[in-house]
Amino acid sequence: MRKRVVSMWFPRLPSDRALRARPIETPFALIQRQGNSDRIYCVNRPAEQLGLHRGMGLSDAHAFCPNLQSSPATPQIDLRFLHMLVRWAGRYCPWVGLEGEDGLVLNIAGSAHLFGSEAAMLADIRLRLIRAGMTVRLGLADTRGAAWGLAHYGEGGAAVGATQAQIAPLPVAALRLGEKPVIALQRLGVRYIGDLIALPRATVTRRFGKEVLLRLDQALGDQPEEISPLRDPIHYGVRMTLPDPIGLSADVMAGTGRLLDRLCAKLKAQEKGARVLQLTLRRVDQANEQIELRLARPLRDAARILPLFQRMVDQVDSGYGIDQLRLEAVLVETLVVQQVNHTSPDKPHLLDDLITRIGNRIGLDNVQCFLPVDSNIPERSFITTPAADSDPAGPWGTMRLRPLRLFPPEAIAGIGSQPPQRFRWRRMHLVTGRATGPERIAPEWWSPDENWRAGLRDYWRIETMQGRRLWLFYTPQNPGWFVQGEFA
Amino acid sequence: MYASDMSTDFTHRFPLRAGRTHEACGPSALSLAFALGGYLAGTVLWICESWQSDQINPIGFASYMDPQKLLLSKVKNQADGLAVAEEALRSGAVCLVVIELYQPLSFTAGRRLQLAAQAGPTTGLCIIPEGQGNNAAETRWRCSPVFDPVPIIASQDSTLQRWEITKNKSGTLGTWDVSWDAQTRRINVVSKAA
Repeated sequence: MRKRVVSMWFPRLPSDRALRARPIETPFALIQRQGNSDRIYCVNRPAEQLGLHRGMGLSDAHAFCPNLQSSPATPQIDLRFLHMLVRWAGRYCPWVGLEGEDGLVLNIAGSAHLFGSEAAMLADIRLRLIRAGMTVRLGLADTRGAAWGLAHYGEGGAAVGATQAQIAPLPVAALRLGEKPVIALQRLGVRYIGDLIALPRATVTRRFGKEVLLRLDQALGDQPEEISPLRDPIHYGVRMTLPDPIGLSADVMAGTGRLLDRLCAKLKAQEKGARVLQLTLRRVDQANEQIELRLARPLRDAARILPLFQRMVDQVDSGYGIDQLRLEAVLVETLVVQQVNHTSPDKPHLLDDLITRIGNRIGLDNVQCFLPVDSNIPERSFITTPAADSDPAGPWGTMRLRPLRLFPPEAIAGIGSQPPQRFRWRRMHLVTGRATGPERIAPEWWSPDENWRAGLRDYWRIETMQGRRLWLFYTPQNPGWFVQGEFA
Repeated sequence: MYASDMSTDFTHRFPLRAGRTHEACGPSALSLAFALGGYLAGTVLWICESWQSDQINPIGFASYMDPQKLLLSKVKNQADGLAVAEEALRSGAVCLVVIELYQPLSFTAGRRLQLAAQAGPTTGLCIIPEGQGNNAAETRWRCSPVFDPVPIIASQDSTLQRWEITKNKSGTLGTWDVSWDAQTRRINVVSKAA
């Protein structure tokens, strides 16, 4: 079947996207930092009319136009927006592909009549995009190359079979050529595509290489060019609708088990593991009960996941009954198959499942493990991180004696740089038996810390006659004594 | 009583009986918990309440047990802590569950922990404030630091403590002066200072 290709070009995609939420009539520009200076990335129509263009320095632009509004460019969000437009364009035909960073290409062969005619379809596309605040230029032709050229340089449609006549008056740049061949062709006086067609092919190839004729042939349809539609993201969701409502917890678990088998097969095919699972139970009175299961490790083993649902399924109010179960892996992570050998731990999954069960009760972030940090500051020489996100690590060197328990510094009465003979701490009268120290620790100047305002600290290990062994420090720059920890 | 008798006596008590919950109180209760964690092979789950400003220091207890073995779980209140402890004791995935308690347990709660520990089987240890023991506990220890006038090894850290069993469901009571040997990671029983 003959192709009919629509090429959409959004000449101001980034600024149109940024201004969709807050339309303004004044000049506006998106700014991108390039090297050492801010440069204009995209401008809206009023700014363009004032002579601003892409690549211009921001300070130059301000000189042209003092009331210019600007904001930083975000190419990733623009790309995501373009992908949303791809999904939207699926309403016209199933074959939608990306054309560079600012365009779409559609193969509308066989679907134009659904909108009346090709012209009606183009009018519909244009109307809807303008309503959405987008500037668009459309080209329609038999080939992708010709449609691109028409969108960028001609704006219009070529009737079936009339491609050559339609693109002949367009400049050679409409052939998607690089800058170099375009300039070279213009120097030779070949300004329009029609001129190029008229040249003998052999001389063109000898002078410019293959690229120019390849692009020309693609535009004229002598060389095929495909449109590859984007792949749909894989959806990790399964559901089951029941003819009669169920209400018993065992029945719900059995249904969940069947869904899990299907979901896990899907996950296994993609080498993924679920991290967060969401089970939605639709009741006959249209109310939804939702259960969210957060797993300590990515998993795709149905037999292990199912028991973890038990506690939460028991708490569900089934009302008049549940007639649809829907299970979705909201968050998936890559989980590659691992070789099991005799050195791998016996039952590592017991601990992971325990972390999951505890985590679902108190929050997965509250189950933590310690990681060492290279710092001399006692309270910053380790961090606690959620055990679900990181594996415990070492080594834990014990260079110097450190207390078993740390607490925020508690001031005690003491004078001078030598440890006090007698002091009162937590309502206890203590007498110093032996003092070991001092160990001087300086604050880290590169990381400002409120608690280390008092400057240097001289740490002493005090063994009291009463038995308690405490970690005291003295701040010479700001005299005072504090207790910060207790040894065994 | 001779020192050798004392130490054999102690070895019957100290790695606390598995599959039971025990209690420890006193300023040095943490020592007992970490020492026990060092004796046992496997992961230790440490349950504390998130509002507590006191926190255990991995650099400090690294001479007792490897901090990689310890999982910390911060709970909002004691009810949550008990639920987590029961779950962990019953699962058998960890070798020791330590829970810091700040209010006395009801007998039912204590008994539930005991049953969960037996089902594991896992050792449980409650660190309790002085005088708030629970009847369901297998043993209750009071651990207090003792001033060591002449340290045995001057360079090494002195960890002399007095450990005392004040309740024992299946054995006798006793008192020992112990210290921690960081090199061998073992408890040394020392003869009582005269």
